[in-house]
Amino acid sequence: MDTVGLHRPMSPGLPSPHHNDQMLADETTDGLTRRSKRGTNSADRQLGTVTTSSALDRSAPATGPRPVLEVTDLYVKFGLPDRQVHAVTGATFQVGAGEIFALVGESGSGKSVTALSIMGLLQPPARVEGSIRLDGRELTTLKPRQLRSVRGREIGMVFQDPMSSLNPVHTVGKQIGESLRLHLDMNRSRARSRSIDLLGQVGIPDPRNRVDDYPHEFSGGMRQRAMIAIALACDPKVLIADEPTTALDVTVQRQIVELVLDLQRDRDMSVIWITHDLGVVAEIADRVAVMYGGRIMEEGPAGEIYGHTRHPYTSGLLRSIPRIERSTGSQLAEIPGTPVTITTSPTSCVFHARCPMEADDCQTSLPELVPTDRPDHRSACLHHAELEEAGELWSDVAAGTRRVGGDDRVIVRGSGLSVHFPGRRRSHSVVRAVDGVDLEVRAGRTLGVVGESGCGKTTLGRTLVGLIKPTTGSVEIAESGGRRVIQMVFQDPFSSMNPGMRIRDVIAEPIRILSLEVSDLDARVAELLEMVGLPADAAGRHPHEFSGGQRQRIAIARALAAEPEVIVCDEPVSALDVSVQAQIINLLRDLQDGSGLAFVFIAHDLAVVRHISDEVAVMYLGLIVERATRDDLYSSPLHPYTKALLDSVPVPDPDHVRSSEPLHGDLPSPSAPPAGCRFHTRCPIAVPGMCDTDVPRLRPVAAHRWVACHLVDPDSPHIRQPQGGERQ
Amino acid sequence: MTSRSLTGTLRGVIPRSLADRLGWLGAGIVAFLLGTAVFAPVLAPFDPAERVARPFLAPSADHLLGTNDVGQDLLSELIYGTRVSLTVGIVAAVVAMVIGTTVGLIAGYYPKRLGSVLMRFVDVVLILPFLPLLIVLAAYLGRSLTNTIVVIGVLIWAAPARIIRSQVLSLRSREYVLASRSMGAKDRWVIMRHILPRTALLATGSFVRAVSGAILLEAALSFLGLGDPIQKSWGSTLFWAQSRGAFLTPAWKWWVLPPGLAIMAASLGFALIAFAVEERINPKL
Repeated sequence: MDTVGLHRPMSPGLPSPHHNDQMLADETTDGLTRRSKRGTNSADRQLGTVTTSSALDRSAPATGPRPVLEVTDLYVKFGLPDRQVHAVTGATFQVGAGEIFALVGESGSGKSVTALSIMGLLQPPARVEGSIRLDGRELTTLKPRQLRSVRGREIGMVFQDPMSSLNPVHTVGKQIGESLRLHLDMNRSRARSRSIDLLGQVGIPDPRNRVDDYPHEFSGGMRQRAMIAIALACDPKVLIADEPTTALDVTVQRQIVELVLDLQRDRDMSVIWITHDLGVVAEIADRVAVMYGGRIMEEGPAGEIYGHTRHPYTSGLLRSIPRIERSTGSQLAEIPGTPVTITTSPTSCVFHARCPMEADDCQTSLPELVPTDRPDHRSACLHHAELEEAGELWSDVAAGTRRVGGDDRVIVRGSGLSVHFPGRRRSHSVVRAVDGVDLEVRAGRTLGVVGESGCGKTTLGRTLVGLIKPTTGSVEIAESGGRRVIQMVFQDPFSSMNPGMRIRDVIAEPIRILSLEVSDLDARVAELLEMVGLPADAAGRHPHEFSGGQRQRIAIARALAAEPEVIVCDEPVSALDVSVQAQIINLLRDLQDGSGLAFVFIAHDLAVVRHISDEVAVMYLGLIVERATRDDLYSSPLHPYTKALLDSVPVPDPDHVRSSEPLHGDLPSPSAPPAGCRFHTRCPIAVPGMCDTDVPRLRPVAAHRWVACHLVDPDSPHIRQPQGGERQ
Repeated sequence: MTSRSLTGTLRGVIPRSLADRLGWLGAGIVAFLLGTAVFAPVLAPFDPAERVARPFLAPSADHLLGTNDVGQDLLSELIYGTRVSLTVGIVAAVVAMVIGTTVGLIAGYYPKRLGSVLMRFVDVVLILPFLPLLIVLAAYLGRSLTNTIVVIGVLIWAAPARIIRSQVLSLRSREYVLASRSMGAKDRWVIMRHILPRTALLATGSFVRAVSGAILLEAALSFLGLGDPIQKSWGSTLFWAQSRGAFLTPAWKWWVLPPGLAIMAASLGFALIAFAVEERINPKL
């Protein structure tokens, strides 16, 4: 989701230290003898550190554990040719020893830039000001050589994309050994045996043999484990994890979260976990700082942030994400507008334009992070004290009953659909992306399709609209006056529009392609724009002038222009910011209300699918393993895979307790799916001799309910207790 | 592709402003040559086809570059030669781009069977020994301006075809192309609306580069005596200089050097523009 982040294009490609010449320091680096421009200030702070560290023996309740990393008044500016971007403006926080500190924010909030400045990885045009101290030692003034000895040794970092952060031409073992040999002066054989240890510790099975594998022989989850092994190789004091699970599936995400929790406990290290996902944060963090527009909005213990929110932005975020444990009757609360990019030094609250509590003073003064009525809880809202009485800020739009339009007839029917792609050249293998799927979409209803990446859900969607020809089976689309009634909305709003076309032509494209009768094209475009909540004057502009959420609205308008009866939405909100997702989901629901329009909603996010669907199909390796009405599926999942998926969804509530063990392993390759039930290799209750030999059919087990599992009793739908020995 | 990889390496070394400056220099040269070609009748002191003086004259105030073996004014020949060189260069490049773009579009949009067959053909064209084939074709088709243009055009389209194909391959999997197809657009619609316009910029760079190459080839053909015998081009001036032994006498300074420099300037001018244009476009494939 961070692909739209402002900071990303500006992130330096090469790790090179940024040397801050604004601060002067003596050659000595032991911190206590340091003198700097901010002499007094720095000395005070030094004193503070000493006191806290000597008062470590549990006598300082307010400050928590001894701070390992202190960031004070951090400013990061990017001087771009046409403007200045203030990525971080005055961030101050401390990370205690053995603490997991979460930096939460949307794209462009400055969270990754903060992490990169801690690592000293920013380079011009970025300018870093302020103080970053690791165990009292100032990092911003270190020379490149000294900084290199900190990076990787005292601070380890894990990046978002495990595919691109490992070097494909070196073995995994060599890449782990690299930092050992560099920082700890180990020889080749000792580094190797230590690498094997580390791989074992991060949960790679059979590390002795896997150490010589290349990254492409590892699955996505294993690569992220290997990255963690590299980051931990030299026993760093602090581990910085920048969106470490964003590129992973929920089941794998849960494995990584548990791994980091275990490792952190064993080593007593501090972790800075950077993410946009409030669910993951609730699961892992001790303390949370919420960032917006380069500033910290609210900071405090996780329970406080979730339970006693003291900033309208945080409460808006918490209200706007679809929750798997809450009712779906209402609309999602929306934070209006889009995240800001700060281009001048802020003089007002950066959130005021989107805030429901905005008052006059919000525009005239810059709120600082100040203590609130709650212990150890700081907020940068001038009116944080009024938040409690203000009641529900982000009120749900009237939870009126949804009118189902249409006549319940089947508009799209796929029967026996399979799509096989040729595998690698000269091998006769085929990738069975979709392997025998039956489904129907009814007028006015939404069919949700969920599954992990590689389960074939996108291929299925594209087959339905006719972009891919099915290998076997057929798609029947109800004809409506010879018109094409199925349309599609794509995931990435940035690439789904021809950048050279004006919005008018983008939206008019289906009208022209299908030669629809439209008396006044401009009026029709204006009408469509209004339907998706955009002003009519947008028609004359180009796609790049719009934000991700607005572009997704344009994409929806384009699909509507064809007057379709079904729209296939392929991950329509997964590229959007959390606060914008709710707007698009609500828009889709509004459009459907009473109109008879049907959706096929493809997504990996179970909470989002739950919020919008009437019926849900769960896919695994090209097959539908369970199909049921929304409430049945989420309240009483039958298939063990559905159960595991639902249980892996992080719930944004620190008090939420997990009910079962996480699913182990990764998705097997769709070119060589396991024999028998495709899920048996990961299934906690698979019965040897049955599940690994017989293919379960998708059978009806109740009204509107189908399951493909041997262990589900067709007469009384529940899972039978396995008779054989349980799988280890 | 070698020329592209070369600009690729240079791109990192030469700062943008330098590339821009070189581009403007190239544009200046080209503008000067175009002006010369357009105003040739005004600029040239004599009719290049007329015998205006004794043969083999050395440069003098009347004849700044002297005269050739039949007494025609060499300066006028040089000025009129600009017309032929530029015409052949530009028209042959247009021919090459039409073929190259068509092949590149089709090969890129249908990459499986049709595309691989076409690209194997492109490979064959690329590895054909250039000059011998050019000579054979020109000799076979006969000596005329049209034939020169056609022969050069059909030999230099392969490189642009490859470049355009790679761009099309990347464009065809963009989501806006998928979106258009999901609305029911036919291939023709997708290609004309979404793909062709997005390759136009890239094609501009290839075109200018092709002009530069075509000018050199025209000069080579004419120098070998395979150009249009009626047209005075820089290459044919050199052909006559060679056959009258001017290369070995002091006459090379006014008979051989000026057309040689002119050929170089024209080719360099277009090449510099192409360099700057490619620097600007820098397609993300």
